[in-house]
Amino acid sequence: MINASWLLIAIPLVSSAILLLAGKRSNSWGHWLGVLASTASFVVGVGALFELLGKDASERVVDVHLFDWINAGSLHVGAGLRIDPLSLTFVMLVTFVGTLIHVYSVAYMEHDTDRRRFFAYLNLFVASMLILVLANSYLLLFVGWEGVGLASYLLIGFWNHNPNYATAAKKAFVMNRVADVGMIVALGSIFATFGSLEFAQVLPNAEGLAAGNQGMMNLIGIMLLVAACGKSAQFPLQAWLGDAMAGPTPVSALIHAATMVTAGVYLIVRSGAIFTQAPNALLVVAIIGAITLLFGAIVGCAKDDIKKTLAASTMSQIGYMMLAAGLGPIGYAFAIFHLLTHGFFKAGMFLGAGSVMHGMSDDVNMRNFGALSKFMKITWITFGLGWLAILGVPPFSGFWSKDKIIESAFATNHGEGWQPWVFGLVALIGAGITAFYMSRLFFMTFHGKARWSSEESSELVHRHPHESPALMTWPMIILAVGSAFLGLVLSLGDRFVTWLEPVTGHVDEHEPVIAVPVLMIVTLVLVVLGVFLAWRQYGAATVPTTPPHGSVLTRAARADLYQDSVNEAVFMRPGQYATRTLVFGDKKLVDGAFTGLAALIGTIGIGLKKLHNGYIRTYAAMMLAGLIIVLIVAYVIWN
Amino acid sequence: MDYANYLYLAVILFTIGGATVLLRRNAIIVFMGIELMLNAANLAFVTFSRIHGDLTGQVVAFFVMTVAAAEVVVGLAIIVSIYRSRRSVSVDDINLLKN
Repeated sequence: MINASWLLIAIPLVSSAILLLAGKRSNSWGHWLGVLASTASFVVGVGALFELLGKDASERVVDVHLFDWINAGSLHVGAGLRIDPLSLTFVMLVTFVGTLIHVYSVAYMEHDTDRRRFFAYLNLFVASMLILVLANSYLLLFVGWEGVGLASYLLIGFWNHNPNYATAAKKAFVMNRVADVGMIVALGSIFATFGSLEFAQVLPNAEGLAAGNQGMMNLIGIMLLVAACGKSAQFPLQAWLGDAMAGPTPVSALIHAATMVTAGVYLIVRSGAIFTQAPNALLVVAIIGAITLLFGAIVGCAKDDIKKTLAASTMSQIGYMMLAAGLGPIGYAFAIFHLLTHGFFKAGMFLGAGSVMHGMSDDVNMRNFGALSKFMKITWITFGLGWLAILGVPPFSGFWSKDKIIESAFATNHGEGWQPWVFGLVALIGAGITAFYMSRLFFMTFHGKARWSSEESSELVHRHPHESPALMTWPMIILAVGSAFLGLVLSLGDRFVTWLEPVTGHVDEHEPVIAVPVLMIVTLVLVVLGVFLAWRQYGAATVPTTPPHGSVLTRAARADLYQDSVNEAVFMRPGQYATRTLVFGDKKLVDGAFTGLAALIGTIGIGLKKLHNGYIRTYAAMMLAGLIIVLIVAYVIWN
Repeated sequence: MDYANYLYLAVILFTIGGATVLLRRNAIIVFMGIELMLNAANLAFVTFSRIHGDLTGQVVAFFVMTVAAAEVVVGLAIIVSIYRSRRSVSVDDINLLKN
């Protein structure tokens, strides 16, 4: 199956093209074609996975050449796929979760007239994401990178008849372009340093070339980080993720929680060999991760919109992954592990949120929810499993991945002195805050008093909550099972870490600055504390339906810690002034010079026009005069 | 005989021709002035040819005569057609090319 791995990309791509080109004719069967394409891709992926598992660990990195892409003089760029444990992990995540979300969308988008187009975009996204993770060169990776950006734009703005949603899509697109500048600079720097963009040429040579090129390595690292920050919604390019919730909920689940936003983490881990040679850049990665981790968690505590809370949580969890990736080789495997488990439980929770919205007339305000556990049993249980997983409660999957990240952050492998303490404590505190805001979401939605009423006469919001159809609940159930057991299954005997070793390298056991059992207990105590606080405030007490004024911090968190205002004041306004000044300068100076010149010549022409009066003898006299002048001049020169 | 006298005659003829072109209004007369100038030039060519003892000037004079004949044909045709349309051959009436 490895040799046929191009099918992974080709199937959803072709399906997407068919759905887009066939138009309305495919309305009746288009969504099933989308599901089928995604499933077929998954099946091919499973085949490749088993073939790779059958090989020795040392032979598990396979490059498949597809075709010669660019042949220009001495420059040869081939398009090929790299099948290795890392890329296949992603393939499994993208196709499996993707397929479930396709199935879910069949029911969720049932009443949308453009459901076929939605599936075309979903397939386009799956194909682009697979190009991104399967590419064997940075150049092909960039193709997928832009492809997911496009798919994300199309899907966020899927309901673009609403100007706010269209703006949100544009915002995501523009912020991703900012990050792409970093990507392009990184590509150029890599090519200048290594003379190639293929992983096979670049990554093994990083160690040898690092000695004389320390500055270059750090530049590449930082630029890759800028790219990753945009795609993965990391500080300071995270502002688009909250608005991206404008898209249909399955999109939020697939793209803005489980897969696309993890592309940045993939990029960093894939470029691990470069980052290992650029310790400064690696430190910046960890710092960015730590900042985003807290940032997302704080924002998540104040949001009342269920999807935006989950978006803030995504930001925070990807912060964890970035932090882990920034710890160097000891963290790479755990970053990917957490990415995998997060992909499951976050997708499950987003689908749960979609199910809640489905039952509550598309309302997203958690202050209008409450006591839904009685009406949506399946949603409640599946969401609860995701909740326990993200909290890091043993034995659910989040525990296995997040705890490892916290342990690694406290380890001294990545730096001495302040680093283990700062990163460790941030990760630890983050776990506590995560417990608080996720429990807040859970209790506000499913527990407490109902803040809606089924009678129309009531002054509360009028709703008829009901469980979603089977097509929606089954994906949620499967994801919930994954959220519950995936971590346990994969971490038995360090199975997952060993599996990734051909890519991330082997790292010996490390000793955290605090003993592991103590760390585990402290984490659990913080989590329980977070849950308890949330229960006291949002489970046991009555939640007001209008948000209270709140403290300064609450108001700041509600406004995304003023990130949008800062962006507007620092980048947008000066940018607008700069363009306005340039336009003014262009009109007055440049255009002025040219129109002035034209006017001058015109005036001279009008003056000269008088000489042409139409009388032949005037012309003859002028010729004569000219001749005489020429003769005089010639005479003067010759003498 | 002094060759200079031929040149003086050529200058006088050219000047008369030039003055005719510049001052007269009748297109036919203007045309005659041009012919006069051409022939003054021919006279100068022939004279110089004689002075230098070389036939080139005389050959050129023949060329000028040929060109003058062709020019007369075209020019007279234009004048005749203008006369037909405007009933006038005064060059001051024909100023459509002004400005």
